[in-house]
Amino acid sequence: MTSDIWNSTARRSMFMALGLAIIMVLAIACSSDDDDTAAATTPTAPPEESGELVIYSGRSESLVAPLIERFELATGIDARVNYAGTGALAATLLEEGDRSPADIFFAQDPGGLGAVIELLAPLPAELIERVPDWARSPENLWVGVSGRARTVVYNTDNVSPEDLPDTLEGFTDPRWKGRIGWAPTNGSFQAMVTGMRLIWGEDRTRQWLEGIVANEPLVYAANTPIVAAAGSGEINVGFVNHYYLHRFLAEEGEGFDARNYFLPGGGPGSAVLVAGAGMLKTADNPIAAERFLDYLLSADAQLYFAEETFEYPLIDGVARAGLLPSLDDLKTPDVDVSDLGDLAATQDLLREADALP
Amino acid sequence: MTAERVIDTRIAAGRGASWTPRRLLPRWLRREPVWLWLAGFAVAGAAALPAVYLAVRAADSGDTAIDAIFDPDTVSMLWRTLQLIFLVTLGSVLIAVPLAWLTVRTDLPYRRAWAVASVLPLAIPSYVGALAFISAFGPRGLLQGWLEGPFGVERLPNLYGLTGAAVVLTLLSYPYVFLTVRATLWRLEPEMEEASWTLGRSPWQTFRRVTLPLLYPAIGAGALLVALYTLSDFGAVALLQYDTFTRVIFNEYNTSFDRAGAAALSLVLLGVAVALIMVEASARRRARYYSGANAARRDRRTVRLGRWRWPASAFAGVVTFLALGVPIFVLAYWLVRGIGAGETGLFDWTAAYNSIRYSLAAAAATVIAAVPISVLSVRRPGLLSAALERFSYVGFAMPGIAVGLGLVFFGIRYATDIYQTAYLLEFAYVVLFLPVAVGLIRASLLQVNPRMEEAAMSLGRSRANAFLTITVPIIWPGLAAAGIMVFLLTMKELPATLILGPIDSSTLATSIWTAAEEAFFARAAAPSLVLVLASAAPMTFLVLRERSTR
Repeated sequence: MTSDIWNSTARRSMFMALGLAIIMVLAIACSSDDDDTAAATTPTAPPEESGELVIYSGRSESLVAPLIERFELATGIDARVNYAGTGALAATLLEEGDRSPADIFFAQDPGGLGAVIELLAPLPAELIERVPDWARSPENLWVGVSGRARTVVYNTDNVSPEDLPDTLEGFTDPRWKGRIGWAPTNGSFQAMVTGMRLIWGEDRTRQWLEGIVANEPLVYAANTPIVAAAGSGEINVGFVNHYYLHRFLAEEGEGFDARNYFLPGGGPGSAVLVAGAGMLKTADNPIAAERFLDYLLSADAQLYFAEETFEYPLIDGVARAGLLPSLDDLKTPDVDVSDLGDLAATQDLLREADALP
Repeated sequence: MTAERVIDTRIAAGRGASWTPRRLLPRWLRREPVWLWLAGFAVAGAAALPAVYLAVRAADSGDTAIDAIFDPDTVSMLWRTLQLIFLVTLGSVLIAVPLAWLTVRTDLPYRRAWAVASVLPLAIPSYVGALAFISAFGPRGLLQGWLEGPFGVERLPNLYGLTGAAVVLTLLSYPYVFLTVRATLWRLEPEMEEASWTLGRSPWQTFRRVTLPLLYPAIGAGALLVALYTLSDFGAVALLQYDTFTRVIFNEYNTSFDRAGAAALSLVLLGVAVALIMVEASARRRARYYSGANAARRDRRTVRLGRWRWPASAFAGVVTFLALGVPIFVLAYWLVRGIGAGETGLFDWTAAYNSIRYSLAAAAATVIAAVPISVLSVRRPGLLSAALERFSYVGFAMPGIAVGLGLVFFGIRYATDIYQTAYLLEFAYVVLFLPVAVGLIRASLLQVNPRMEEAAMSLGRSRANAFLTITVPIIWPGLAAAGIMVFLLTMKELPATLILGPIDSSTLATSIWTAAEEAFFARAAAPSLVLVLASAAPMTFLVLRERSTR
C-alpha cells in the first residue's frame, strides 16, 4: 500500500525541511557576523583612542537611547548598549567578573551600583565633584546622574490637594482605608523606607508601615501601574517616583486624571533618589568610559534629563523642568543616597510589618 | 486489525512496565544506535547546565540558602503557587480539548480560522496580556468606563488576586494543550471511532469513551507545559497582584540583588517542577497507540454538528474574543491614542527582523535537538531514556533570568567566542523550549508503529533512511506543531533575550518591554501587534497544510 511515490515525496519534503533549517542557522551566522567578531575581540582588543564603548544600561532604552546617540555624535565613539533590568545586569556583571566586556554600568538606582561595588573603578575627582555630595558614592566609585523625587500621585476626580496630609504619616489615618496603592517590592520604595529608618528610627517606621498595611493598600508591582491606577480612579493615592506621571501626561494628554502632590511637610516621603553610573575596573576602554561619564554630567545631557525625562538635573547651572518644585522646596531629608542603597534591613522590617510576603 | 492492535498495545504495555536495571545493559546499545544515545545525552546535558549553575551559586550562600528553603513563608508561597497551577492547568484542559476536537473532527464553520486564532494567544507576552486585561476589565478599566454612563457602574469587581491571575494565565496558556491535542487528533487513526459508531454510540459517547482516552498522553504533555509555564511566569502574576514563588525569586534578583538566595529559591522551584513532571509521568499511559497503516492516507469521518454548531461556534467565539480579541483591542486602542497624541518612532523594523530570524533558527534547532530524546523515550522506555526526557524539562521550569545567568556563567568561561552572540542566545532558546518540542514529538511518535521502520530496514534500508522516509512523514504534524510552538515562544521570550542577546540588537519582545516599563503604551502596542501578526503566519501555514494532506 505504500509506494515509492510516497517515499520520494516524503524524502523530498524532509530534505526541504532540513535545507530550510540549515539556511536558517546560516542566516543567523551570517547576519550576526559583525556582532560576533566585535564581542569576541572585545576582551583582547587594545584600547583605542575613540574606539568602542560597551554600556550595560539598567535605564530603559526608551528613555536613554536618544541621549546615547547624541553622545556618539558628539564624540565619534561607537557606543554599544546592553539594555536590561538593573538587577539582571548587576547579576550578569557579577557572573562575568573579570571577563566582563562592559565598560560602564548605568543603573536605575544606587542599590544596583552597590551590588557590584567591588567591580567598580574609582572615578576622577573632577568628574564626581560636579554633583552634590549626597548624590554620589562616598568612595568615588559611582556618580549620580539624574534625580527623582518620591512623591504622592493622586486621582484628581476623587481627591483635592487640600484633603491630602502634609506628610506620609497622615496616610495611616483610617479614612484612607482601601484608597492607597503602593509597591513594597519596588527598589525606589524600599530606598524611601530606608530613609525613614535613618530619619525616623525603626519603631516609628514600623508603626507607619503597620498603619498603611492596616489601611489595606492595593499592592502593585512597580511605579507605572500605580500611576495608571491613580489615573483611572482605581486608587485615590499612590506612593511613587515623580517622573512617571509626566510620561502618562505625554501619552494620554492633559485629561489624564492624576497629578503629583509634593508633601509640603517634606521628610522621607520627599526623598530624592538618583540614577547613577560607574566604570568597571576591567573596562577595556577607560578613556571612552570617562568621556561617557563626562558627557552624562555635561550641560547637554543634564538638560536632556530635565526636559525629556522630567528628572532633576544634578549639576549646577542646568534648570529643572519648569513644572517641578525646586529641590529646596521639596524639603528633602538630609540623607545621602548611597546610604539608601542598603535594603536588607529594610526588607526585614517590611516583612515584619507584613508589607512583603 | 483491531485485535492486532490490542495485542500490540498489550505487548507495549508489558514492555514499558517491566523495565529493570538489567535493561540498561548493552542490549539497548544494539537496539538503538550509539550516536542516538550520545546525541540524547548531549542535549539533556546542555539542558541541565542552568541547574548546575544554580547549585554552584546556591552552594556559595551556605546557610542563607538553607534558611530560605525551610522558611515557613516559602511553604505558604508554594501553596499559593500550587493553587494557581491547579486552576490554570484545569482551565486550559477544559478549554483546549473541546476546541481541538471541534477544529479537527467536526464541521464547525470556519474551523481553520478558529484553529489559527486559538493558537495565537501563545504569542502574547504574559505581561502584555495582563496589562491589556487590567486596562479592559480592571476595577476602573475601559469596560467600567462604558458601563458608567448608561448604568452608573462605578467599579467592577476586583480583578486582582488568584481568580484574575488564573483566568488571564489560562487564556494565555491553553494553546499548549490545544496544539498538543490537535497534533495527536490529526493522526489518530479512525478505526476505533468508526467501530464505536458502528456499535451505535453517539458522537459524544465516542468522544468520551474512545477518543478522549487516546488523547490522554497529549493532554498530559500539554498540561505539564501549562503547569510549568505557570510556575515560571513572572509578568502576569506581578501585574495581577498574586504572589507566587517566581515573583519572590525575581525580587531577590531585582531589589535584594542576592544571586545566591535567588539560586537557592530557584532550586526549590526546580524541585516543584520535578514533582509536577513525576505526576505527569505516573499518569502517563504505558500503552502506545500504533497505527496499523499510514493513518494520513485514510479519510476520516467528520462529525456533523447539526444544530450544535451554534453553541460550538459561540464557545470558540468567546474563547477567541477573550484570549485574543481583548488584548488586540486594547493594543489597538493604545496605538490609536498614541498616534493621536503625536507619538512617533512607534516601530522598529530591525526588531521584527531580529525576532523572526532568532525564532526561526530556534524552532529549527529545538526540533532537531528534541528528536533524539523523543525517539529514545518512546522506543526504548527505561530508566535512562526517562531520565534524559525529564532533564529536558529543566530549562522550561526555571525562571528565564536564572537560565540566562546560568549561560552567562558558562558562556563567559568556556565559550567566550560565542558570548553575547546569536549562537549562545539560540542555545538558551533550545534549553528553554526543548520540552515543548519533546512533548509534541513524543506524542506523535507514540502513534508510529516501529514495525514499519523495521520492515523497511529488513528490506535493506538504513536506519536513518527508514526514519526519514517512514517515520518523519507520519509525525510531520507533530514536528511542525513543535516548531511553531517554539517559534511563538521565542518571539515573546524576554528575560534570557535581555541577558544573552547580542549587544545592540533589540527584538520585538525587548522593545515591548522597554516601552511598557516606562509607560510608552503606544510604542509597546505597535511591536505587540506585529508579534501577534508574525506569529499568525506559521500557524496559518500549518493549518493550510493539514488541508492539503487531507
